[in-house]
Amino acid sequence: MLDKGRTTTVTVLDEAPATAQVPAPQEPQVDFDTDPSRYRHWRYEVEGETAWVYLDVAEDGGLVPGYELKLNSYDLGVDIELYDLTQRLRFSHPEVRSVVLTSGKDSNFCAGANIRMLAQSSHSWKVNFCKFTNETRNGIEDMTAHSGQTWVAALNGTAAGGGYEMALACETILLVNDRSSAVALPEVPLLGVLPGTGGLTRVTDKRHVRKDRADIFATKSEGFQGPKAVEWKLVDETVSRKQWDATVRERAAEAAASSSRPTGATGIALPPLQREVTEDAIRYPNVRCEIDRDARTATITVLGPEAGTVPESLERIHALGADFWPLAMTRELDDLILRLRTNELEIGTWLVKTRGSIEGALAFERVIAEHSASDWLVNEIRHYFKRTLKRLDVTSRSLIALIEPGSCFAGALLELALACDRQYMLEGTFEDADEEQDPAQLVLTASNFGAFPMGNGLTRLQSRFWGDDETLAALEPGTRLTGAQAEEAGLVTDAPDDIDYEDEIRILLEERASLSPDALTGMEANHRFVGPETMETRIFGRLTAWQNWIFIRPNASGAEGALRRYGTGRKADFDRKRV
Amino acid sequence: MTSARPKIDFDAKIPNNVDLASDRKLQRALERWQPNFLDWWGDMGPAVDTKDVYLRTAVDVGREGWAHFDHVPMNEYRWGVFLSEHDPDRKIAFGEHKGEPVWQEVPGEYRADLQRLIVIQGDTEPASVEQQRFLGATAPSLYDMRNLFQVNVEEGRHLWAMVYLLHAYFGRAGREEADQLLARNSGSDESPRILGAFNEETPDWLSFYMFTYFTDRDGKYQLGTLKESGFDPLSRTCEFMLKEEAHHMFVGTTGIDRVVTRTAQLMNEHDSEDVAGAGGIPLDMIQKYINFHYTVSLDLFGNESSTNAANYFTAGLKGRWQEERRKDDHVLTDDAGAVDAVREGRITTTEVPALLALNQDLRSEYMGDCSNGLKRWNRILEKHGIDRRLSLPHVGFNRHVGAFSDAHITPEGRVVSEAEWKAQESRWLPTEVDKTHVRGLMHPVLEPGKIASWIAPPNNGINDKPVDYEYVHFN
Ligand SMILES: [Fe+2]
Ligand SMILES: [Fe+2]
Repeated sequence: MLDKGRTTTVTVLDEAPATAQVPAPQEPQVDFDTDPSRYRHWRYEVEGETAWVYLDVAEDGGLVPGYELKLNSYDLGVDIELYDLTQRLRFSHPEVRSVVLTSGKDSNFCAGANIRMLAQSSHSWKVNFCKFTNETRNGIEDMTAHSGQTWVAALNGTAAGGGYEMALACETILLVNDRSSAVALPEVPLLGVLPGTGGLTRVTDKRHVRKDRADIFATKSEGFQGPKAVEWKLVDETVSRKQWDATVRERAAEAAASSSRPTGATGIALPPLQREVTEDAIRYPNVRCEIDRDARTATITVLGPEAGTVPESLERIHALGADFWPLAMTRELDDLILRLRTNELEIGTWLVKTRGSIEGALAFERVIAEHSASDWLVNEIRHYFKRTLKRLDVTSRSLIALIEPGSCFAGALLELALACDRQYMLEGTFEDADEEQDPAQLVLTASNFGAFPMGNGLTRLQSRFWGDDETLAALEPGTRLTGAQAEEAGLVTDAPDDIDYEDEIRILLEERASLSPDALTGMEANHRFVGPETMETRIFGRLTAWQNWIFIRPNASGAEGALRRYGTGRKADFDRKRV
Repeated sequence: MTSARPKIDFDAKIPNNVDLASDRKLQRALERWQPNFLDWWGDMGPAVDTKDVYLRTAVDVGREGWAHFDHVPMNEYRWGVFLSEHDPDRKIAFGEHKGEPVWQEVPGEYRADLQRLIVIQGDTEPASVEQQRFLGATAPSLYDMRNLFQVNVEEGRHLWAMVYLLHAYFGRAGREEADQLLARNSGSDESPRILGAFNEETPDWLSFYMFTYFTDRDGKYQLGTLKESGFDPLSRTCEFMLKEEAHHMFVGTTGIDRVVTRTAQLMNEHDSEDVAGAGGIPLDMIQKYINFHYTVSLDLFGNESSTNAANYFTAGLKGRWQEERRKDDHVLTDDAGAVDAVREGRITTTEVPALLALNQDLRSEYMGDCSNGLKRWNRILEKHGIDRRLSLPHVGFNRHVGAFSDAHITPEGRVVSEAEWKAQESRWLPTEVDKTHVRGLMHPVLEPGKIASWIAPPNNGINDKPVDYEYVHFN
């Protein structure tokens, strides 16, 4: 049995005063910029090959007024720091080969997402919050898998809800055996919602907990302490307080031993992004975004590299660091996606364009291809672009690629177009253009055949031509296609010429803007992920979709629902009909 | 574009007021479509071989002199594209966009609906040409033959008008629909015309006059509601089409006038109602043809209660007849209307939101207009001292669409059993015997100024030409 004092570590938010609901404060414009000197909730220390990452949430550090981040509970602000931290470990600390995730508090590891925050948040805020935290958890798994930085969760106190879900993203989970600390997923019994940050999915799919046991675990608010948690595979190991430090060190060292990271490498700095934000535009050196509020569209233009600026050596790439075009562009695009997703909810359609030299883009491709297997930094950049594309894949906006003269949809950049719901390519040139133009081209490279898999484990080409092996087989790296050829090859939706192009796009966009945003979100998510399910697609599809449904149901968010009633001392009043 | 195409001198070939000469998009679309249209006209247009015909050609939109008359070979007819004059201050008169400036481009939100409306209207235009294809061979006079061809070339021009809209405003999808307008054919098993009434052959000249009186009049009312559209090019196109449509209905009205006149003359000459033997069409038969064509046309207005019509209205795509002259809020969200219904064997009405009752509203306007013809024809009978009168049957008679389609209703408006209705059908609708009689009267009369036995000559010729003018030249 858990002793009474400790039980409150799971449910302590019932300390919150049971006063009437205060109207939720205006949700702010969110900024994703931070750096270790500004962290309020995390700190990390690099010791040899291991980074020690401490969650130490400042109670008064909530992103939005109206709640206190008690018991290492988190909100979006906490997760923004975690995301920044993972990026810095990847890029600035090549010496790190294992990462220990632990709590900076004595009392517990982490109580999960802050309930009061969830209760007061709008639906869209909750959904965006969950999506971002999911992406960060997936990113942590991606670090273990592809960056040679293996994560070890050292649960030095109770990990409940999102706290345990954070641990689930790690490769190994250690739980202190102190006869009170536990792992738990109390969302269903206490809050009437799901452990939606991958919890339900990872318990079965990753840790292979039997489904009846998973059922018991997810409905038992106090969870399980060490020995039982080990027996049920919820954690890998439980360790007494006496042995704790030594064992954690040992596991961290073991994890580091198998790493692919080089020794003696030097990291690169990730300086603040140069970003100019105006009412209707967000501009970075390599990415531009113009917002048309009447049309509810954002035009995103990725600027390709200049031909002739490709670094001639690996040393030069390292010296350029964050200024190396592929990394600079990816950071900017990543930031833009996050900002638009969080701050521009009514901009329902994103038009994706590129501008620049195809030869330049291809020259950079060759450098990346040559070194990504052997150089840690180039490898990181490739995976970072991969994750950024995945962000696009799960973005709940209509994505339309516009492929026009002067664009550089070649190789990796072509993936941007393939990530879109539709692709329109101008056949020929614009007759009334100011300058001579060459017709737009698409270029397939090896990058399109495996370098940037989607969450379903397939390439975007495989997803596009799912079940049509013949068309897929006809595509080869090195092929260059004009509009008509690209349409013939199935790579674009349509290739209207100069006379039709503008009208087709205008009508398409107006028509799109008139459709139900909810239906579009559902439809697009269905079309984007064909074929096999993976843990990732199950988290973004099944788990998230169910969670979002539950979020809008009165049983969770109604005045008498479990989320709202939580901590008021009153029981939720459920509508008992099963639907 | 790289491929060289024969250049068409657009302004010379295609009279227009849409600046065709400088619209590349439209030119390209028409360059491809026009040869297909000419092929279609050759295959499906009038089957009689003529040298030239005295035809009216639209050449402008001004109040005076909008048309030009001359003898022209029919396949050289200059089908033009005309929109009525542009009113830069025009506002949407109804629906949720009421008061906003009209649209000069298709709003993407309504692309599908507008395209559908235009395609349905456009489909009827060539359909009637196809239906009437063989009539020329049995024309009762050169005057009538000329009128038939006039109607035919203008229905061809109405097709052009709709194709213009599809080409100019609906991009690739519009071009594909324009091609389909030529690919569907009246009465075809594989790809028939969209509306049922346009798949029936027009087998004889009495049917032709009935068709131009009743079915073209449906067209007038449809065009009248599209003329109210918030999509300005559609509005202006339809307004101009209505000018030509007036002539088509004139052909119907005066055609029936002349048939009734001839029948009355024969009745008086033979002092008998049965003028069949004397080479005329008995009043009973005329009444049956009225019954048939009127009710088939009533079906074209659709279901009494229609969410489509409501949506079109709310969106500002299709208004009511004389929308701007109506005294209400033009939004109709708070009003109610009554629609016809049959309940427990009785004809009654149901109250529905006014927005849902728009089809019935338009049908009522149409019915009122149709009754004018009956007054005319009855005056003719009266003038000839004949007591019999022609009438419009009850709205529920012989209906296959809407509230009455499951009921059996007599022309007087009595609900009867199916058996009773069937037993009397031959008294109400043309029978094979009737049709055979009418067809039997159809012999061509090709001598200028001469007229067939079953119809009276017209009072006036065309464009101040005499009745015996040589309206058609043959090879
Ligand atoms: Fe017409
Ligand atoms: Fe007509």
